[in-house]
Parts: sequence; C-alpha cells; structure tokens
Amino acid sequence: MDIRKVKKLIELLEASDIAEIEIKEGEESVRISRGSSSVQPQAVTYQMPQAAAPAAAPAPAAAATPSAAPAAYANAVKSPMVGTFYSSPSPTSPAFVEVGKHVKAGDVICIVEAMKMMNQIEADHAGVVEAILVKDGEPVEFDQPLIVIA
Amino acid sequence: MLKKVLIANRGEIALRVLRACKQLGIKTVAVHSTADKDLMHVHLADESVCIGPPSPTESYLNIPSIISAMEVTEADAVHPGYGFLSENADFAEQVENSGFTFIGPTADTIRMMGDKVSAIKVMIEAGVPTVPGSNGPLDNDDARTLQIARDIGFPVIIKAAAGGGGRGMRVVHDEADLLSSIHVTQTEAQSFFGSGICYLEKFLENPRHVEIQVLGDGRGNAIHLGDRDCSLQRRHQKVIEEAPAPGIPDAIRAEVAATCVRACEQIKYRGAGTLEFLYQDERFYFIEMNTRVQVEHPVTEQVSGVDIVREQLLIAGGSPLSYKQSDIVIKGHSFECRINAEDPATFLPSPGKVAMFHAPGGNGVRVDSHLYSGYTVPPFYDSLIAKLICSGDTREEALKRMEIALDEMLIDGISSNIALHKDLARDSEFRKGGVNIHYLEKKLKL
Repeated sequence: MDIRKVKKLIELLEASDIAEIEIKEGEESVRISRGSSSVQPQAVTYQMPQAAAPAAAPAPAAAATPSAAPAAYANAVKSPMVGTFYSSPSPTSPAFVEVGKHVKAGDVICIVEAMKMMNQIEADHAGVVEAILVKDGEPVEFDQPLIVIA
Repeated sequence: MLKKVLIANRGEIALRVLRACKQLGIKTVAVHSTADKDLMHVHLADESVCIGPPSPTESYLNIPSIISAMEVTEADAVHPGYGFLSENADFAEQVENSGFTFIGPTADTIRMMGDKVSAIKVMIEAGVPTVPGSNGPLDNDDARTLQIARDIGFPVIIKAAAGGGGRGMRVVHDEADLLSSIHVTQTEAQSFFGSGICYLEKFLENPRHVEIQVLGDGRGNAIHLGDRDCSLQRRHQKVIEEAPAPGIPDAIRAEVAATCVRACEQIKYRGAGTLEFLYQDERFYFIEMNTRVQVEHPVTEQVSGVDIVREQLLIAGGSPLSYKQSDIVIKGHSFECRINAEDPATFLPSPGKVAMFHAPGGNGVRVDSHLYSGYTVPPFYDSLIAKLICSGDTREEALKRMEIALDEMLIDGISSNIALHKDLARDSEFRKGGVNIHYLEKKLKL
C-alpha cells in the first residue's frame, strides 16, 4: 500500500472522532487506531479539553468537543451557571445575536436555562460578535466560554 | 439499579464513589469547582460538569447548580459523599422533588437526626442507651434547669440541638456557672446554627468514642456491621480510627448493636448510617447519629467484608440488603490513618503541588487517595489527602503493617502529618488499645 494513502488515512483519523480505521485492498490491509493500546478514560467534558491529564496517565483522553487555542477565548462571555444554552428567546424567534453583530455592554446575547428558569446573559463589554461557541440547546457548565465579542 | 450517578463531592470520597459506581456498571458524572478540574475522579468519570468557582458555597454547596447539572446530564441519582450537602435535608428534599434519587435517607430522617434532641428521643424509644440528661430542650425556667443539672450531677455539658460534630458545646463544673454558661451557649448557637435551643447531658470525664455502622433498606430491615473506635482525636477531628473497638466485652458490644438495629428498623432507616457513642466503664451512651457514609468507613469494610458504598448504591436503586445479620462476621482488625496536608507543628493546612506521591502497598495495605504526582492540593477545602488503611488477623499484626506502610509512604512537595502517624503507631498507650478521647491532645501538649 502506498505510503501517501496511509498518510491520508492518518490525517482523516486525526481530523475526525473516529477511533480506528481499517482498510483492505486485495491482499493488503492497514489498521490505524488512535492513541495507545491501553484503555483510555473517555472523559466527555462540556468545556474545552483541559490541559495535561495526570502525569501518570497516557495521552489525553479523546474529548467529544473539538480542540482550539484557549487564548482565543479571552474575550468570551462565560456562562455564570450550569444549564442549557439557547441562542434565541424562543424556538420561533430569531437569535439574539449572530456573528458580525455589534453589541453594547448590557445587551442580552443568549439565554442559559436552569431548572426551568430562563436566565438572560448580557454582554459584559461592547464589541463585535466574533464567534458563537455553543449550539442552541446544548448543555453548558459554569465558566464555559459561550460567545466571543472582539 | 441506578443507571447514572452524579457525585456531589470531591477528593478521596468522590473517587471512592466513582470506583463503586464503575464496579456496578453505573455511569458517573463528576461535578467540580474550577479549582478542582484536575481531580483524579474528574478525569476518570464518564462525564464532568464544572458547577462553580472555588468557594464551596458557590460550588459544592450550591444546590441549584448541582440539581441543574443533574438535569443536563440526565443523571438519575446523586451521591453526596460526606460533609457538604450530605446531611442537608433541604437538598435531599429538593433532589427528590425534582424527580431524582438522593442516595441516603429521606429528608425527614435527616431532619430527625440533625436535631439532636429529637434524635435522642428516637433512641430512647428504641432502647438505645443514652447519656443521662435533660432529655429535651431547656426553657426559661431557671429553677427547673438547675434541678435538671443537680439530678444529672456535675459536671454537665451544654449542647446546641442544631449543633453536632463537637461544635456548640460547653462544659460546666460548678453550679454557680450554669445559668450564665447556658445563656452564652444559646446565643452562640443562635448565630452559628440558626437555633438557640440547647439541652444538658452528663459530662463524661474519660470516655472513648465508639460508633456502630448500620445499613437499612428503607422498608424496616436493618443490620449492623460492627463497631469502630475513633478516640484518637484532636479538636474533635479524628486522626486514627480502628475496627473493632478493642477491649469491649462481646456481650456488651452485641447488646448495644442490637439496639441500634432496632432503632433503624423502627424509623425504617434507608442507607448507610453511624450511631456514635461515648463508652466509659463498660457502658455505652448515645450522642448522635450520622446519616451518611463516614470518612472511616474503610476499616469496617476491611473487617466485615462488606462494601459500604456499593450497598448505598444498591439500596438507593431499590435492592434489598445484600446480607442478613447472620452473614456478618467481624474478622481481624483494621486501622485507618487520616493523612492531612498540614504543617506538622502548627497543624495549619499546607496546600500546594505534590511533586511526588508514592503509596505503600502489599498484603493488608489499602490507600484511599485522590493524590497523584503533580497534583496540586487547592487551598479552598479541607486538608484530608489520603487514608492509609492497614489490616491484619490481629490488632498487633495490623499495627505492624501500619508502621511499615507509613515508612514506605511518600508525599513530597507539601507538608503532611505522616510523621505524627508514625509517632502514634509507636505510642505505647495507643498500642495497648483503649485510649480515651482526651489522650491525643494531652500527648501533643507535652
């Protein structure tokens, strides 16, 4: 099997949630799996993947959320509570904000619902909405970055 | 059987609960403060949710946050561990009202035992021996109060009904000091616990602290798992615990344990619990009941063979008790050393990074700890970082294992009380067995 094909498979694996790929071509087959052969703790975290796992553990667990540089979220409005994120006041209304919108400090940008109470989350500074990090209806935890305002 | 349990605690007990859940195939949700995102059990849990900033009030004591976390993760039950919300009847009630299972007794039972006056009433009805006392709250009738104290006999101890765990108490040796001491204690109790109700008890000069572990299925069936001696204490904090309590005639042990079971049957107690007693001159005196799993539960597990946290999970899931009383046989002896992150001289907490952690091992050595090399002990919570549990066929064998294991144990980077434990392991009075609750403080003052 062509080394370029193998390389492509590795890239495919890395770019996805897949744990293992096995391809057979005639007599040849190749299997590529993620991480070491020991059982990985599959910690599903609702926030961005944490820094190093305990020194004793092998490679960090495969988190369900995509990874990205934490520094980009310095300007993010964070969730003040545990609950469910909603981007609009009701299922039929338009979203409070979308990427590119100008907001002032105090503007309501989203809702976090906890125990049937809708809590309006306000922008803590003025700026332009750069990214909305959470999908409508997704659970969020305390301090989770929600919306980046440049 | 429960499907998914949210662990509303931290540190070693959260890890203990996580392990018991995994053993039963129950999914785990670890809630944690921002300071605790690197706790071992958080990394091992199936899911984790950050519920607040470091302050306990805003995280581990934050009822709405925890219940919200249960909602978003669709957990079906919560295990409160010990401390924090484990004996908060309002929390238990809110959990159950929200449609979840609280792993522990009902809110009513928690309230009943949280009020020390009502707890004593329940025990008297069941025939559990209690300390001679006012057997009820003190009122404004000073003459009545003085008569009660005379009948009990000085010295007496004034206790806050809403207190417990060594807090809200005052000893009175002279009748002349009684009334003023009561007023001071009532005022303090009002401000600390929200209730100024106090009661009187005979003050025992040199008792031992002996407690009895129970399990109830919530339907009127209960068993006991034997006793523990927790007399080695400093400022009402236990330092070393052992099971069984040494030097107590078996007939006396069995008789008091049977009354504990009867009390649990009568109140249809659900879950794990501990009845605490003072023991003096071959007599037991009930002081309070803890309606949660206790720090020192491992020593009972070692000598009884029963996994207490597993039983809590099964009971909460609706299973009957796994054992009949006749199945319980206490074999051998076990000690637990509470290893704290504290300065050996001042006993002040010593948080910081654990550069290296090495746990001892071998036959009869168990370490319950959330430590790992590189872990940072945060400054916001209590200082318990490890429990070293050593067991043997005899008390001497268990004690020898304890000495050897303490020599092997290494916690580098922060201060700990390992040296104190090594000293206690070699203490001649402790080795004899049966020291009373004042022994350690007297020894430390020398």
